[in-house]
Amino acid sequence: MEYVKSSGDSFADMQVNIGSLQLKNPVMTASGTFGYAREFENLMNLQRLGAVIVKGISLNPRPGNPPPRIVETSCGMLNAIGLQNVGVDRFIKEKMNYLAGLNVPVIVNILGDSIAEYEEITSRLQGVPGVAGIEVNISCPNVKKGGVAFGTDPKMAAAVTAAVKGKSTVPVMVKLSPNVSDIATIALAVEDAGADSVSLINTLIGMAVDLKTRRPALANIIGGLSGPAIKPVALRMVYEVAKKVSIPIIGVGGIETAEDALEFMLAGATAVQIGTANFVNPRASEDVVDGLAAYVVKEKLSSIRSMIGQLNLA
Amino acid sequence: MSQYQENATVTRVEQLTEKNYRLTFESPLIAGVCKPGQFVMIRTSIGQDPLLRRPFSVHQVLGESQIQIYFKEVGRGTTLLAHAKVGDAYSIFGPLGRGFKINTGGPSILVGGGLGIAPLLLLLKENCRLKKTFDNDLVILGGRSRAEVEPLLEDFKQYGVTVRVATDDGSLGYQGYVTDILKASQVTGDSTVYGCGPELMLAGLAKICKEVGVACQVSVESVMACGMGACLGCSRPDKKGSYIHVCLNGPVFDAEKLEWNM
Repeated sequence: MEYVKSSGDSFADMQVNIGSLQLKNPVMTASGTFGYAREFENLMNLQRLGAVIVKGISLNPRPGNPPPRIVETSCGMLNAIGLQNVGVDRFIKEKMNYLAGLNVPVIVNILGDSIAEYEEITSRLQGVPGVAGIEVNISCPNVKKGGVAFGTDPKMAAAVTAAVKGKSTVPVMVKLSPNVSDIATIALAVEDAGADSVSLINTLIGMAVDLKTRRPALANIIGGLSGPAIKPVALRMVYEVAKKVSIPIIGVGGIETAEDALEFMLAGATAVQIGTANFVNPRASEDVVDGLAAYVVKEKLSSIRSMIGQLNLA
Repeated sequence: MSQYQENATVTRVEQLTEKNYRLTFESPLIAGVCKPGQFVMIRTSIGQDPLLRRPFSVHQVLGESQIQIYFKEVGRGTTLLAHAKVGDAYSIFGPLGRGFKINTGGPSILVGGGLGIAPLLLLLKENCRLKKTFDNDLVILGGRSRAEVEPLLEDFKQYGVTVRVATDDGSLGYQGYVTDILKASQVTGDSTVYGCGPELMLAGLAKICKEVGVACQVSVESVMACGMGACLGCSRPDKKGSYIHVCLNGPVFDAEKLEWNM
């Protein structure tokens, strides 16, 4: 068992298990907010992370959307980056060597326009040294089926999950979209299809208008809302999904501090992802690890795991 | 490439015009490594609104430990900064991006418009430190009117380089654009033009420099979330039809590499 040193001479048991994946602590970086980790190497100690989730990878390189791609909103931001990435082959060739050397589990976020694409990316990632898991982004539209997002239809979400599971030898985490009427139904569908864990939530779709120009603030018109503004929505969804599924849940959405992370764990999350906070404070994820360890010591917890799902409803 | 997050204390606040301010910070780590044309990201609030840091080019490095930014109050973030007081502390992250590459082999022509004047002062200081002679160097500063340019004039003139001014209303210097002055100047082929200012001005500079056949480096602006290549929010199209990122590949670019969407 691994321990994280906290303040003074006390040690905190911070290990959590996401299925067969053992993490030295519950803190991961959210896809699309942490590049390929190397960008942060001079700003924090990457070794302190529970896991790194890298920028979403597609089968072929994607150039991304025209600017403006981001706009700040109250306590948050909207983005429409357009899944810009180097494609799976260049990712393996140019990025994985460095990531494998970090000695931190690397979870590769994947995305596709068809089930065949998800399968192909998964296949190419098998056996690549350092790949400890796959996170499936099911929020992209299924181009073959007329652009309906995989993540909003339980049957399609299950089909993608089963397809990736069929090709993967490493644990599969499915990242759920909050832009649905009942997220627990989707969570159950992907659990039944074999998902080892679910991460939630992806961004909420939103919009901003520039009154001066009378134009949408984003070239893409709509974008994904992230940051502290979405934390209450994310917490509610983690709570609802935790009541329905038995696989581990990774909480994502507006987490900036250890206190935020602990709230998600009480609501039922086994681990958390730090997203937009990385943009504001490049060492936010390490600060959350420190804060969690300090909490375990201060509250004399047997381990950080003792917080999971312990929301007091009395 | 060293980058730091520093809790920097404000040591001086100057209101130079109705809306333009200059802040000086005690920021020794960043001051020690900062190059002309690089920028910093400043958190304008300790709370969550505004959430994101704001990018500012480094205007001056003073002594060994202080940096200056020069900005206009335009939105919530800059309004908070405009109300900063001596002794207040701000989280500053930097220095970031690629700055100007000073060509010591020929005349330097620095062209700034409006707030784009900001990074040119540090560039001029480094230019004059690195070059044996700067007799043929030229600084062209532009603004809407006298108030926008005059407060910074002496800071530029102290280096002994010729400074020319253009204002839209003619209230100071030549009435017209900085690009008019550049066109009328004797620009030799071994010159390098360094520009920062509104997109239209930079596109004009790029066009003139291409016609005359001289090197042109421009510093461009963009909205950005992280400033360090993680969010990929500050994209702009390049000549090859793909996207470059202002924070990582810039903010200073060879003008010929950029696509100007006018």
